[in-house]
Amino acid sequence: MHTLHPYLQAALGGLLIGLASWLLLAALGRVAGISGITAALLPSGAPPAATEQRWRAAFVAGLVIAGGAMAAWWPTPSTALRPWPLLAIAGLLVGFGTVLGSGCTSGHGVCGLGRRSARSLAATLCFMATGFATATLRALWA
Amino acid sequence: MSTATATATPIPMTSTSSTSPQPARPARPLLSLLTALAAGALFAAGLVISGMTQPAKVLGFLNLAGLAQGRWDASLAFVMGGALLVTLVAFAVTPPTPRRPQRRPWLAPAFQLPTRRDIDGRLLAGSALFGVGWGLAGYCPGPALVSLLSSTDAALFAAFMLLGMALARRLLRKG
Repeated sequence: MHTLHPYLQAALGGLLIGLASWLLLAALGRVAGISGITAALLPSGAPPAATEQRWRAAFVAGLVIAGGAMAAWWPTPSTALRPWPLLAIAGLLVGFGTVLGSGCTSGHGVCGLGRRSARSLAATLCFMATGFATATLRALWA
Repeated sequence: MSTATATATPIPMTSTSSTSPQPARPARPLLSLLTALAAGALFAAGLVISGMTQPAKVLGFLNLAGLAQGRWDASLAFVMGGALLVTLVAFAVTPPTPRRPQRRPWLAPAFQLPTRRDIDGRLLAGSALFGVGWGLAGYCPGPALVSLLSSTDAALFAAFMLLGMALARRLLRKG
């Protein structure tokens, strides 16, 4: 199962991500933006229409359940638990940032660039730049 | 309409109306939910197979110091390339265009795609903050949710991510 070249396997996974986005677009007419879909399920001032929330909940359930099932038969190196302050700061930044910036790697990256949106290109360049900078600086410091 | 069938629509016996309006596109709520579930599952499979659910692999791409040390992992660029190959075609042929305005999704009345085109401070600041968090832990929202049930590391990250999302929604009053 793991005899593919890593880059080929990465591209194959990417194709599946693209196909999943296409399925959601063709069937429900929606952009597969994971941060937006997830955040919309969280409590806020005005509750949107219930029918809107159902497909979002189903999509997130698909992600979580399939992710748990995949872990059983597609072995990947497990990630040791890192210090909680690191996960807390990173998690808060990712959550807050994706809502403020209206999207993440899927909504701006995969779908936004696919729509050839200049707004999504600007966002993608922005999070790639700070992502590279943060990971690089941290590795050099350590 | 290519799907005209001979099946009669049941009409209530009390109805005496002579006008029978063209039935609207049938709503298929269960099929919509199953399709959304399947799309999420397929997305998860793509993320696991591509290696995006492994923070070490993501950080191996984002850490450019690896270039000098000869152990930079270019995988993530191939993930993005593979996904874009599909979505560039998808968004070119599936949504309505000025020449084909009548296109509809299979299971919904209309497409609901983002319409904003402005590049504002919130977009850039939010994306910049997201990138810092991504570069710190190696999780973006999708992989964090996909690994929720199999990794304590991801589950802890996801809990704080949801908190950050809820905080931002409160602050911005996003409905």
